Amino acid sequence: MSAPAGARGSAREEVLARLRAGRDAGAPRTAPGPVPRDYARRGAHDPGSPGALDLLVERVEDYRATVTRVARPGDVAGVVARLLGDAGSVAVPPGADRAWLTGIGGRGAVVHVDGDPRPLTTADLDRVDAVVTGAAVAVAETGTLVLDAAAGDQGRRLLTLVPDHHVCVVRAEDVVGTVPEALARLDPLHPLTFVSGPSATSDIELDRVEGVHGPRRLDVVLVG
Amino acid sequence: MSTTDLPTPTVRPAHAPAGTGHLRGTRPFPAEARDALANTQLRRNLGKATGVIRAKRAAVVDEVPDWEALRRSGSAIKADVMARLPELLEQLEAAVTARGGVVHWARDAAEANAIVLDLVRAAGGDEVVKVKSMATQETGLNEALEAGGVAAWETDLAELIVQLGDDRPSHILVPAIHRNRSEIREIFLREMPDVDPDLTDEPRRLAMAARTHLRRKFLGAKVAVSGANFAVADTGTLSVVESEGNGRMCLTLPETLITLMGVEKVVPTWSDLEVFLQLLPRSSTGERMNPYTSTWTGVTPGDGPQAFHLVLMDNGRSGVLADPDGREALHCIRCSACLNVCPVYERAGGHAYGSVYPGPIGAVLSPLLTGITGEDDVNASLPYASSLCGACFDACPVRIDIPNLLVQQRAASVESHHRPTGQDVAMRAARVAMTSAGRFRAAEKGLGLGRVLGGRSGRITALPWPASRWTASRDVPVPPAETARDWFARTRPGRER
Amino acid sequence: MRIAVMATCLGDAVAPQAVRATVELLERLGHDVVFPPGQTCCGQMHVNTGYLREALPVVRHATEVFGPVADGEWDAVVAPSGSCTGCVRHQHAMVARRGGDEALAVRAEAVAARTYELSELLVDVLGVTDVGAYYPHRVTYHPTCHSLRMLRVGDKPLQLLRAVRGLELVELPDAEVCCGFGGTFALKNADTSTAMLADKMSAVLSTGAEVCSAGDSSCLLHIGGGLGRLRTGVRTVHLAEVLASTEATQTPSARSLAAGVAAGVPRTETGEDPAADPTEEAPV
Repeated sequence: MSAPAGARGSAREEVLARLRAGRDAGAPRTAPGPVPRDYARRGAHDPGSPGALDLLVERVEDYRATVTRVARPGDVAGVVARLLGDAGSVAVPPGADRAWLTGIGGRGAVVHVDGDPRPLTTADLDRVDAVVTGAAVAVAETGTLVLDAAAGDQGRRLLTLVPDHHVCVVRAEDVVGTVPEALARLDPLHPLTFVSGPSATSDIELDRVEGVHGPRRLDVVLVG
Repeated sequence: MSTTDLPTPTVRPAHAPAGTGHLRGTRPFPAEARDALANTQLRRNLGKATGVIRAKRAAVVDEVPDWEALRRSGSAIKADVMARLPELLEQLEAAVTARGGVVHWARDAAEANAIVLDLVRAAGGDEVVKVKSMATQETGLNEALEAGGVAAWETDLAELIVQLGDDRPSHILVPAIHRNRSEIREIFLREMPDVDPDLTDEPRRLAMAARTHLRRKFLGAKVAVSGANFAVADTGTLSVVESEGNGRMCLTLPETLITLMGVEKVVPTWSDLEVFLQLLPRSSTGERMNPYTSTWTGVTPGDGPQAFHLVLMDNGRSGVLADPDGREALHCIRCSACLNVCPVYERAGGHAYGSVYPGPIGAVLSPLLTGITGEDDVNASLPYASSLCGACFDACPVRIDIPNLLVQQRAASVESHHRPTGQDVAMRAARVAMTSAGRFRAAEKGLGLGRVLGGRSGRITALPWPASRWTASRDVPVPPAETARDWFARTRPGRER
Repeated sequence: MRIAVMATCLGDAVAPQAVRATVELLERLGHDVVFPPGQTCCGQMHVNTGYLREALPVVRHATEVFGPVADGEWDAVVAPSGSCTGCVRHQHAMVARRGGDEALAVRAEAVAARTYELSELLVDVLGVTDVGAYYPHRVTYHPTCHSLRMLRVGDKPLQLLRAVRGLELVELPDAEVCCGFGGTFALKNADTSTAMLADKMSAVLSTGAEVCSAGDSSCLLHIGGGLGRLRTGVRTVHLAEVLASTEATQTPSARSLAAGVAAGVPRTETGEDPAADPTEEAPV
């Protein structure tokens, strides 16, 4: 079944030549005009506004994730400690705000920092109970958090994938209304993960089951 | 990398060659559908599942005030892609290469499979984990890998159910939609070596059994194979849209990632995703957003696979592009909304279409990709697997005029005939009758015979073939004693015009 | 207004009662109705079965016959059919262009611009929703696929039905789902078509209606053929017939009831002599 090695080299030229011929042969009678862009780029709520925050809370909770709102950054540690409960080990990306974890120190939970002293392996992460990260941007209308792997407080993609519990700290100013607003804030050259609730499947009779391969529990802490 | 010295001027757009992959079944649609319609369990499973997902989709689409504007935009972006497809692919290739990826080109399914097999072997793997992908189903990649000594593990729950059940997918989004929970429990008990023997048929328990079964594979896999929902030409960014996290596992943990995509999946710019990431989840799973969408660009040092291969496949797409009407089928973003609203799909199910692309879009995309070879080609029956009710167009997030494409592919079917069929003869006779009022009236007189068949009961309950296909389940009224034109001429003489 | 009626091939030969009702209704509303004698068929059967080349001369014939509407000789063409109107409006020019006849395509578009399905003509062009009809029956309405999704008639037929005196309109569950007719689909995929019909019949029966109405005789023939086979006693009646009914036509003999023992049965079957049909004496 394998094509001869010599033929492979010409596949690129042949496919492109076929597509050029197809593009011309099938060209529509009238050339298409410019792409209409009359959809809403902004939603009803300004980024970071009370309306956007309320909508985000409603939409995230709709996915059966939890949202806890705190007024000041200083209040995060207490909430994180409560959400982590009796977790014995917690992973964090290298740029995470260490103040987030000050509430769990007293219980002897072990904190693993990715890259300090060495990058955490998949096996390491398979043994931790939870991960705590920030987020690059959140979309109120869809209840989506976007993690930018190049951002220090969000970290490499496997950090938020292998552990079974993800606590995500979102700053109010990073909450936008719509998907277009979110994409405009992101750098496509960075690996990005759009997270809308805990992992889920509807593959069995369309019954939604939360938690398959990704974290089965997602808790959001909304600051400000 | 020069684009000017083309091999020869004789290169033509091509259909997908027969022999490799899953774009054709073995029996015509009506025969497959007859069997499926008699399967009570299948009918129940399909009716329930499509009903649920239709309601979910309707609810989340209704809450988007600019839905129609998004549809028009999505349609126009795709039309623009088709007009610039070769250029956009070259741009994509350059961007992926600049970011450390390797781009391969495949003329057809066999070549795509061979490229992937060679890459897996070169990476030193004898097994791969797979993200659900229509492109790799289309090429029959799993069988090709198996034949080459490489085990392919499907990691999407529904694909796993299909693979373990030695079954075929029957839906683009929910490939095991034809199975209910008790059937799935039986498959898991039979096929998963490490499964809890007390497994119940509760969906949560079944999903957790799949999690346990696959977790070791994910954590140990060296090579992953995925498809792509979108590829952004100007940045080289690839995107996979999923729910379970199996996609993230495959895209993140292995050392090598191989992505196979049809060439039509390219979009021009990053900001174009703002349209499709709104249209796709709501149309597909009926959610505001799917749980996980991953985007990546080439290789990122220290994060994720350190080797990335992108295989760009034609396999009939150039042939579809060359069809001025048919190229619209390449706009499809594989959401499956048209399947869920189709009254034919809901009753006959996905297997009846033979191809991996079922439902209304499959009924046009499959014959467009393969071409129709003649009156005996099973794909010639697919465009007729529709009552042309139009529900598919209304549901399509990129406004593909599927009813028109069905008609056009019916024409392609008719025009492929090597010898006149009975239908050809009847249609020719009807054309003759319908191009002259005199001949038409003469034909109407023939209907008078029906008054004899009906007798005094006023209904006809049995007619000879082919009309017996109607009277098997429906009566026919006795033809009236007077046609409308005769009534008008009699009651309003001289006012016909 | 001067209005040409497009009987449609099915309406002329098999379901003339809907054509007659259309003529009588429009005349009752004070319009001048003509019946172009050269008319045959819109070509939909050929188009939708994939015989686009065979359809070309049929489309050319139809465009010639109804061409005077494009020249202003008539104000409008009306068809008691959503699917035939849809074929004229959305397929005629396509067939012509595919056959390389641009002049025919342009002419067909001009004809299509003044060709209307009955409820469109009444509500959009003539601006009337209460046509003065009387129909004392429990009725459910099936919105046919092509009127709904090709022509987008929306709730115009329901607006018309709600204004009919004596009529009790009951909502049809899953109304917008196809009945399974689909032209040659009913023959080529008879099993799937029958499965769809079964569900449509269940929905109709669940309403407890005496009458199932629609704007296409073809779909009514299909639904009525099934309801008749099962001896449900539910009749199928074209929207035009409901709207054409008045106190005068609802005489004690209740002609339409007498005629409609079995669903889908044309009225004329009760009398061999069409001249004996009481509607002929009804004032127009």
